[in-house]
Amino acid sequence: MKLEELVGHVGGNVICCKEGLNKEVEYAFASDLMSDVLTLKNENLVLITGLANIQAVRTAEMSDLSAIIFVRNKRVSEDMIRLAQENGIVLIEYPGTMFRLSGMLYNLGVKPVY
Amino acid sequence: MNFEFKVLGGDFVRAGNASSQVKKILKQLNVDASIIKRIVVALYEGEVNIVAHAYSGVIKVNIDTERILLMLDDSGPGIPDIGLAMQPGFSTASPIVREMGFGAGMGLPNIKDNSDEFSISSEVGKGTHLEILVNLKVT
Repeated sequence: MKLEELVGHVGGNVICCKEGLNKEVEYAFASDLMSDVLTLKNENLVLITGLANIQAVRTAEMSDLSAIIFVRNKRVSEDMIRLAQENGIVLIEYPGTMFRLSGMLYNLGVKPVY
Repeated sequence: MNFEFKVLGGDFVRAGNASSQVKKILKQLNVDASIIKRIVVALYEGEVNIVAHAYSGVIKVNIDTERILLMLDDSGPGIPDIGLAMQPGFSTASPIVREMGFGAGMGLPNIKDNSDEFSISSEVGKGTHLEILVNLKVT
């Protein structure tokens, strides 16, 4: 599924890098622990997290993630947007919980990593 | 090709700058994307370790046509029991480090996992030295 289609289904506010919405999403991983995110090998993966800081974007950069969806109404900062723009990472703010969003993506056919 | 980056302990805003630079260099050299990911994930884990645990550090990068060698040296408390530090899940990270999303005890095992050759040595009260070698050719 394209990221754009996914956002259309679940809602959420695309904060930056709309040009990346044509990227394919196959897997999702929900975690506030970047240490765990860095162990993943999958491609076409979207990160669901409540950790709204610069290191979440750095982790996405190193792991080649196409998008981060920030749950629980966490706000993306200007620093995060700048770094995401440099690397073409889509940042999305989502008002609901991690559990709600994970359930919705699962129902849409987005696969768990394991 | 040689590069050198300085890393400051506690500076989580800049943590990852060196890894980001190395990623750009490897992209310019047309290294395979899956190999770049292994290299920069290992380097980023090491860079975050310096920021999280040490006072300061230096990352030296040596690239030739066959492989990349990353050498990370820090001035810091050192690791008393390397065997224990290599165990997945073991961590001595502070609450501040955990708030940044790290300190799950996955860093060193993940560095080893992403390396073709990995070595670590440490002296308590002085610092820690890591060597990470990754072959640049797809096998």
